[in-house]
Amino acid sequence: MKGYRLLTIIIAMFLVFTGMLLPESYAAEPIKVGVLHSLSGTMSISEVAVKDGTLMAIEEINAKGGLLGRKIVPIVEDGASDWPTFAEKAKKLIQQDKVSVVFGCWTSASRKAVLPVFEKLDHLLFYPVQYEGLEASKNIVYTGAAPNQQIMPSVTWLLKQNKKKFYLLGSDYVFPRTANLIIKAQLKAEGGALVGEEYTPLGHTEYSTVINKIKAAKPDVIYNTLNGDSNVAFFKQLKAAGITAKDMPVMSVSIAEDELRGIGADIAEGHLAAWNYFMSMSTPENKVFVENYKKRYGKDRVTDDPIEAGYFGVYLWAEAVKKAKSTDVDKVREAVKGVSFNAPEGKVSINPVNNHTSKIVQIGKVRKDGQFDILWSTGKPVEPEPFPALVSDKKVVAPGNIVKR
Amino acid sequence: MDKKAYQFLKKNWPYIFAAIILILLPNLLSDFRLNLFGKFLTFAIVAIAIDLLWGYTGILSLGHGVFFSLGAYSMAMYLKLKSEELPDFMMWSGLTDLPWFWRPFKHFWVALPMAIIIPALLAIIIGFPTFRARIKGVYFSILTQALALVFSIFFIGQQPYTGGTNGMTNFQEIFGYSLSEASTMRGLYIITVIVLVAVFILSRWLISRKTGRVLVAIRDGENRLRFLGYDPSIFKIGIFALSAGLSGLAGALYVPQVGIISPSMMGILPSVEMAIWVAVGGRGTLNGAVIGAITVNGAKSYLSETFPDIWLYFLGALFIGVVLFFPAGVYGIFERFKGKKAEEKGVLSNRGETDYAAEK
Repeated sequence: MKGYRLLTIIIAMFLVFTGMLLPESYAAEPIKVGVLHSLSGTMSISEVAVKDGTLMAIEEINAKGGLLGRKIVPIVEDGASDWPTFAEKAKKLIQQDKVSVVFGCWTSASRKAVLPVFEKLDHLLFYPVQYEGLEASKNIVYTGAAPNQQIMPSVTWLLKQNKKKFYLLGSDYVFPRTANLIIKAQLKAEGGALVGEEYTPLGHTEYSTVINKIKAAKPDVIYNTLNGDSNVAFFKQLKAAGITAKDMPVMSVSIAEDELRGIGADIAEGHLAAWNYFMSMSTPENKVFVENYKKRYGKDRVTDDPIEAGYFGVYLWAEAVKKAKSTDVDKVREAVKGVSFNAPEGKVSINPVNNHTSKIVQIGKVRKDGQFDILWSTGKPVEPEPFPALVSDKKVVAPGNIVKR
Repeated sequence: MDKKAYQFLKKNWPYIFAAIILILLPNLLSDFRLNLFGKFLTFAIVAIAIDLLWGYTGILSLGHGVFFSLGAYSMAMYLKLKSEELPDFMMWSGLTDLPWFWRPFKHFWVALPMAIIIPALLAIIIGFPTFRARIKGVYFSILTQALALVFSIFFIGQQPYTGGTNGMTNFQEIFGYSLSEASTMRGLYIITVIVLVAVFILSRWLISRKTGRVLVAIRDGENRLRFLGYDPSIFKIGIFALSAGLSGLAGALYVPQVGIISPSMMGILPSVEMAIWVAVGGRGTLNGAVIGAITVNGAKSYLSETFPDIWLYFLGALFIGVVLFFPAGVYGIFERFKGKKAEEKGVLSNRGETDYAAEK
């Protein structure tokens, strides 16, 4: 026992001395940031990868000497795919750990759950996933796509390809319902036709009746807003029913490279997806990003849109901190307006009016190897419009300030 | 000090001590921890409610998440209507008018009683035909589990009326006090402590009376009780309704403190978890139920904060460990340590256990 005690003392003294020898930058008080994703439960399959992307960005910044000469220390919490837990952990990160910013959430439900926490405690969240819009809190920076940066351009593109008859299929919750509200208004305005609309509960896996309905309705395209495991069942059963991408392509907005691994690329081959980022992009930033991600997390891992948004969100925040020369929430929130960064997808910048990110829009076709062939791209960033004029009579004049048009 | 008061103190000092600690906690804990502890105490109320039903009467319900959530939704609707004319989720689902059945929830003195009455009524509706038909044991448990499934799917599907998967969130104030103020949270905590103590005393009073003995008799030998001329189904329906009502009350206290209620609280998983609190604490003892709810939830918070990647394994190990090594729960360890006879306290004895198992 005595030997152990001596050993502890030696280790403690060693730590104290090495602490003294460390360069000034590391002796400075570290910057604490929160990372809040589901690490357990149904959503963990998607969210763990986004957490990994976020942590990688933090480590990269630390490796280059930190931020304002200080080291960034991430505090990771598990939202457990449960919305009240998200709210509890958000409170914990802000009140107990006193973090400078939080990166996290995936589902709209989890974002809606933490929104009042961030607004009441007047704090800052970076949200990395595409969503249905109709929100612009001054306490959230949205680094995923707004409806006009994913859903709406993809509908316009499909109509231009002479795919006029749409069948809408989605999971039964706020994102698919709102997305379809927008699509229906768009079809009316741009000369498309709706031949069917169907919602299934989250986690639903029996699609033969839906597929029969689709067969009877004979659409040109199936617009898919299913989430999670349901996609695996749907695509398998679609293929088994003999419907191929050639005669009836499926356009999806929640299926990225990571989800394709679960579905099987051979099953989804030829179908379409709209995103801001694809792993197959050839920008120099993306090459480095993909390489580093694989080096850190394993050769068989893939990057995708939400992972990339989780990654560059950290850099945008870091830019704002540098601009404000402080990690103070109020100052950073002011400074974040208009900051930009050369992300793997190209240049991204924060729109100063609505706190969303201006970013490029692309459409890809699933290849045999689980990657996407990019069919179409806007080529340059598209400004975000969280309140599409088609479905909302409101507009944003400043973050958190929403008025009637 | 007279002798009676001394006797009372001697007998009840652990309770008085516990009550003093609960009242003093606001001065000892940070705002966040106090808020969290307030949540645990609402869970403790549910645990007492389940213990009355399971520990004393021998009816295992795996659907208490439903009763808890119904109470929570009643309160949530009141808070929502306080902050907005038309709740946001109704707006984005295309409703322009508040549905008639939600209208009375604008008033606190409707919403609060409803938080207790609706779950109790549901329990009576479920309990009447099942207990009359002498459905019990595993069959009843499965039935309540189906109830949890049905209700969670129903609430998710009815987005325009219930908020769907998102549930209800973003509440602003209660009685004019802002829900973002730490002082409001402290007030809600104190109210929760008072309600918990009241529920505890009520439950103790109930089980110390003849009714309580009938309940235990239902657990240990329902047929014998029937031969003695009692109608067990009336008692069963009654205790089921009481248990559901108390759970609803806990839900109503939960919502303003946590700030959100979603269908994830009424599914099968949380309902089973509620029974686990009681099992871990020690069923058949009210103290055990309270200790169990606080221990399990405390461990859950602590472990998930300390080991966010692997905390579920620790929690699983805790459950298995308790069931394997301490079948009488955490409180059973105290009792054993004190060398008291468990039977006297109403803890399931070995004999009672076998009887209970045979009944099933």
